[in-house]
Amino acid sequence: MIPLHGKVVPLNSPGMDIGVIKISRDSKLHPVLAADCAFVSNGQSPMSKFKVVIAQSDINPEHINGNVDLQLPVELNHLSEGDVVSIRSDNRLRVLFRKKSHQNSILLTERCNHYCLMCSQPPKDVDDSYLMAETKELIKLIPQDTIEIGFTGGEPTLYGDEFIALMQLVKNYLPNTAIHILSNGRAFSDIDFARKYAAIGHKDMMLGIPLYSDDPDQHNYIVQSENAFNETVKGILNLKSLNQPVEIRVVLHKQNIGRLTKLCEFIARNLLFVDHVALMGLEIIGFTRANFDQLWIDPHDYKNTLSEAVHILTSYGMNVSVYNSQLCLVNADVLPYYRKSISDWKNEYAPECVGCTKLSECGGFFASGIQHGYSKHLKPFLS
Amino acid sequence: MSKFQPVSFYKNKKKTYQLTPFRFLKFNQEKYFLSNMTGEYLLLDRESLGRLVEHRLDDSEQSYLDLRAKQFLIDDTNSIATDLLAIKARTRYSRLPEFTALHIFVVSLRCDHSCQYCQVSRQSADKLKYDMTEEIADKAIDFAFKSPSRNIKIEFQGGESLLNFPIIQYIVERSKKLNEVHCRNLDFVIATNLSMIDRDILDYCRLHGIHISTSLDGPEDLHNKNRPRPGKDSYEKVIKGISLCREVLGRDEVSALMTTTEASLKRGKEIVDEYLKLGFPGIFLRSLSPYGYAIKTKSFAAYQTEQWLDFFKESLDYIIELNRSGIRFQEYCSAIVLSKMLTSSDPGFVDLMSPAGIGISVIVYNYDGSVHPSDESRMLAEMGDNTFKMGNVLTDSYEQVFSSQALLQPLEDSYTNSVPMCEECAFEPYCGADPVYEYAMNQDYIGRRPESGFCQKSMGIFKHLIERMEADPFVKNLFMDWANRK
Repeated sequence: MIPLHGKVVPLNSPGMDIGVIKISRDSKLHPVLAADCAFVSNGQSPMSKFKVVIAQSDINPEHINGNVDLQLPVELNHLSEGDVVSIRSDNRLRVLFRKKSHQNSILLTERCNHYCLMCSQPPKDVDDSYLMAETKELIKLIPQDTIEIGFTGGEPTLYGDEFIALMQLVKNYLPNTAIHILSNGRAFSDIDFARKYAAIGHKDMMLGIPLYSDDPDQHNYIVQSENAFNETVKGILNLKSLNQPVEIRVVLHKQNIGRLTKLCEFIARNLLFVDHVALMGLEIIGFTRANFDQLWIDPHDYKNTLSEAVHILTSYGMNVSVYNSQLCLVNADVLPYYRKSISDWKNEYAPECVGCTKLSECGGFFASGIQHGYSKHLKPFLS
Repeated sequence: MSKFQPVSFYKNKKKTYQLTPFRFLKFNQEKYFLSNMTGEYLLLDRESLGRLVEHRLDDSEQSYLDLRAKQFLIDDTNSIATDLLAIKARTRYSRLPEFTALHIFVVSLRCDHSCQYCQVSRQSADKLKYDMTEEIADKAIDFAFKSPSRNIKIEFQGGESLLNFPIIQYIVERSKKLNEVHCRNLDFVIATNLSMIDRDILDYCRLHGIHISTSLDGPEDLHNKNRPRPGKDSYEKVIKGISLCREVLGRDEVSALMTTTEASLKRGKEIVDEYLKLGFPGIFLRSLSPYGYAIKTKSFAAYQTEQWLDFFKESLDYIIELNRSGIRFQEYCSAIVLSKMLTSSDPGFVDLMSPAGIGISVIVYNYDGSVHPSDESRMLAEMGDNTFKMGNVLTDSYEQVFSSQALLQPLEDSYTNSVPMCEECAFEPYCGADPVYEYAMNQDYIGRRPESGFCQKSMGIFKHLIERMEADPFVKNLFMDWANRK
């Protein structure tokens, strides 16, 4: 697990509100560029005039020539060339973008109009509009050749027109980057809002929208919101009527596994035109821990249901992926749709996995899963 | 955790629901079959059905959840249902504005075979009398391009179509030339018994992307009995021909169709085996044609439909077992019906459409320029009954032909949502109107359902397919694949 935030130690003034800034590891960076960068030193002295100079935790700042502003905590020594961070006057450093990762996910807000039983990022009703402000800065610092970035929340569309404006900015700065946005889709039940979104015209921008059951009661219960089913489905219909790419995301747990195959038939009959369906294992974090008994079902126990669900969707010609799952817990017929999906900064393996020959093909676990609960049926593949 | 509401909090608060239009019929001793206009169905016991229509079903019941998920009922929690129903209904009818896609050109009535079930072929050396001329071909091509359909498929039929290969070449080249302006998806098929196929013809087919469709009725003795020709070697010729077609054009560029005769009825398994042996990915179990001697003798009685249904069920069950043993092999008649049952699209099969597929889906330009709305109605005309004749390309305009009463009247009369007994039938979404069949049997476009062989046959197929997939998860999965052409 790669930590993405920590406290820096100020070496001069007590707290610098530096804001969003790009990291450089190149001590000789051209001065014109250096003026807007933070130099992270592994012992080298900066040759150019950087906006900020930061020492790794294992370096004595006094061995660096010139002024050193901050020192990293050990867990952030991984910061690399081209990464983008935010540093605030409370000395909190947050990594907003890692250049080496293909799975950058940008948090736009912690506010949400859902309160999902298994939310991994429990919503907070606070003014966190600074996240939006920072993201606007960030977008301009992300390299043009970035393959993919994701936006997440909370519910990003709660920003309304500001969300549209942000995505327009994304389109203008990152026209060739695949954009993936997690949303509950309800805002798009307003056709005018959906039209504004479609008008952005990014050529590769997909919305990932959860639909947990074909039974509206159950969907609304899982997301803890009345009328969610109607509005989410309407949102999907509006978006597809405007030719916008949409992915349906189904997190699998005890509350919806019973009707999973019926949900898949519902999707195939009613929403055949969506671009992708992701069937996703549960992440044992956030609210899932609070609702563990209501949610947890051993993936071993739904193996065959998952196979049937995948068969239904693929039979109808839909694109299907199985995410957040472990190779030894799916049947062979699921393998063509199995994706190693858990972000590199949070995947881990269990003690049972020692000696498994398929470790490199397996998505493994969320670190939280290893800590708080995983299948009793792990079985390493041995050569 | 008290901050989370229980599921009961999200139940429909008004405790009332509305019904959407649906139909039902008694399926077996325990169950009723319910279907809606988009083809979704479910089986329900009588007691629940009673409470459903009396608005007494409770949302704590599984059947309530299933009925709601399939939009048979609407409450506050699924008000989106009307949008979904509308989209699916629209999808099912989306072929209609496309209009005619299949254009059959009867290039010659002459034939080297003298099959008992064929009413149209002529044994004649008189080329001029029974071959299509360039003048007629030109007019017919113009008609084809007047169709609004983005996809135009030109199928050459006979007689034996290859007896007039020069006109086929003429039509292919001329329509390709015209298509440079029309820009349709243009396909060609030659229907032939393959007795005179050769490498030169096939080279031409490859060059122009022409698909071959042939007739294969089953094992050698059955095929030769059904399809006599001088030399009694029809089977041998078709087998060699199929092999040559695959060699020159490619494995999937030749397909075969069987005709079912009384002699076929006891031999379903052997017929399936014949197709399997030849490496075909499936077979179309066709129904008995009433257009032969049966019409004249009126012997096309109900017992024959009964026999055919037995043949169909036995053969289909055999095919299912083939699949269970790991051999992928489809039955295409079932596949068409299943796609109407299990998907929201309509495969557009001429015999199972409403409005009827005649004229709308297919049109036949006879060798003499006369225009007929289906192959069967052309056969009626060759037998002396011109009821369905829409006009002639030499004397009538496209508009005159397609607005002729010979087409419009049967279309209107036979529309299943208005035909007595059809309009209330729960199988209506899977069925279709076949006014030519009914006319051949009864001299009107509707017929009477209780006596209709078409109705009896269709109901038999639908019931069997539903029984099989409801009872066996393997069959459900298999049928789902078939429904989606997999």
